[in-house]
Amino acid sequence: MMLFIDRATREKLIKHFLLLPTVGISLVVILIAVSLYLRSNQILSLYSLNQLLFSSNWRPLAGEFGFFPFIMGTIWVTCLSMLIAIPISLLTAIYLSEYAHPKIRKTIQPFIDLLAGIPSVVFGVFGVLLIVPVIRDYIGPFFGASTSGYCILAGGLILSLMIFPILISISFEVLQMVPSETRQAALALGSTKWEMIKHVVLRMAYPGLVAAIVLGFSRAFGETMAVLMVVGNVPVVPESIFDPGYPIPALIANNYGEMMSIPLYDSALMFAALLLFLIVVFFVVISKIVLMRFRRSTI
Amino acid sequence: MNSRKVEENFFKILMVFSLMVVIGSLLLVFAIVTYKGASALSISMITQIPQGGYYLGRGGGILNAIIGSLYLAGGALILGTLISLPVAWYLNQCKRNAKRVTIIRNILDIACGIPSLIYGAFVFLVIIGLSQRTSLFWGIITVALFVSPILIRAVDEVMQTVSTRLKEASYSLGATEMETLFHVITRQALPGIISAIILAFGRAIGDAAGVLFTAGYTDSIPTSLSDPVATLPLAIFFQLSVPFQEVQARAYASCIVLLAIVLLLTIISRIASKKTARYVIK
Repeated sequence: MMLFIDRATREKLIKHFLLLPTVGISLVVILIAVSLYLRSNQILSLYSLNQLLFSSNWRPLAGEFGFFPFIMGTIWVTCLSMLIAIPISLLTAIYLSEYAHPKIRKTIQPFIDLLAGIPSVVFGVFGVLLIVPVIRDYIGPFFGASTSGYCILAGGLILSLMIFPILISISFEVLQMVPSETRQAALALGSTKWEMIKHVVLRMAYPGLVAAIVLGFSRAFGETMAVLMVVGNVPVVPESIFDPGYPIPALIANNYGEMMSIPLYDSALMFAALLLFLIVVFFVVISKIVLMRFRRSTI
Repeated sequence: MNSRKVEENFFKILMVFSLMVVIGSLLLVFAIVTYKGASALSISMITQIPQGGYYLGRGGGILNAIIGSLYLAGGALILGTLISLPVAWYLNQCKRNAKRVTIIRNILDIACGIPSLIYGAFVFLVIIGLSQRTSLFWGIITVALFVSPILIRAVDEVMQTVSTRLKEASYSLGATEMETLFHVITRQALPGIISAIILAFGRAIGDAAGVLFTAGYTDSIPTSLSDPVATLPLAIFFQLSVPFQEVQARAYASCIVLLAIVLLLTIISRIASKKTARYVIK
């Protein structure tokens, strides 16, 4: 049949056909937001937003839903992981982009890709096997804290390993976008390589690096399994990095089983999912805006 | 030595140290998991399904989870590719709607950032809404939704790198936009597309949080799309939460299996994209 349709019509038909899945997949994001909102509407109509976000009482059976411990747990783990991952990833990216021989760069690239491909459960197992005992037996006692090892620090460490690849690869790309003429100009003025990096490359790449960090943040926020396995999952507001915490994704993943049997519980968990969704979207949008400005300024 | 040189060297040492930390942590993950799991790894582990009392330390293996993961990731990848290729084609060749294309790219970037847990929660709501039960089918839907944006953006990036000169050569020979798209751009981007698909397979097989809500869990191998299905990451998670040493050792052994699959996929993607790269015009 196709043979008898002239080329121009076929062209149009194909284009219309391609539009269909494109619109479909874009709608999924909107559908997710709408369905999570509709489901959490129930709890939003019974409690004020203030109450949900800033109350520390989490007793689903008694009808008390305060998300503050979970929000704090998420913030503690995420910020700690970023504190660890940002300097290490940036230094690695700078080294790969500015110092490393192309050959070294080429050999290291697959390792970073591989690190990105390791399933989160494996990181969790690694945490349970190595990081938790080390914190319990060495790091905790060293700082005079008695800890089970299942704590914010363990979650933060594991999470930082998991966001290394995304931070490194985006910062590397951003650094590579800095035009080489500016580098040469700085070197020609007699600066050392590090001065050139510090005063020229990093300054020019700054917005792009911010975008990389923001994207890393959004990845860290949503990470579920690995963190859940090492962070302790106790719904109290953590006071130090040796306290256990309970991030939002872990809350959702741990309780999906019984959420249909307790009134309002499902609505509360979907509200948590909505919260997570909104935070991630917010971060991605910010990083997009920053990156777009950066691209415009370098061209 | 002046202070400028000292500063330079100081940071250089820091950089090399950071690189060591990154590579070292990767090697450490592999080393620790292999060291701990090697003793529990056996032939029966990967050729049998769990027998009665498996979670108390009796015989059996995790074949159900291995097969389940392959079914799930395979199905999701087929579905995901069927969705993703047309979208990537649209983004690259329907230029008259430049504004619409930019909007869709931005939406897809957001979709890439959404954690798989959220996709799981969404599909879970759909399952409840349609009063269905968790099954392989819904697991495949979840994972396909989760990997599609990643796949689209990866394929899209590769297609964008196809040189305009090549496209113009094709147009000048009288080819239409779509003919150019299928015969020139897609062929030229094929190595990238293949490695993107294989890497997405890796993401699909390693995902645990998404299928937690939607795929159910079972000790047998699924025979139809409406059966519940076990996955390797969840099998690891459940075995680890059993308070028996032997079962936990099996969780570590399962980790080796999962890592081996991921490693194999990475190698296959490298070889495949190298092989198909022969037909690419440089």
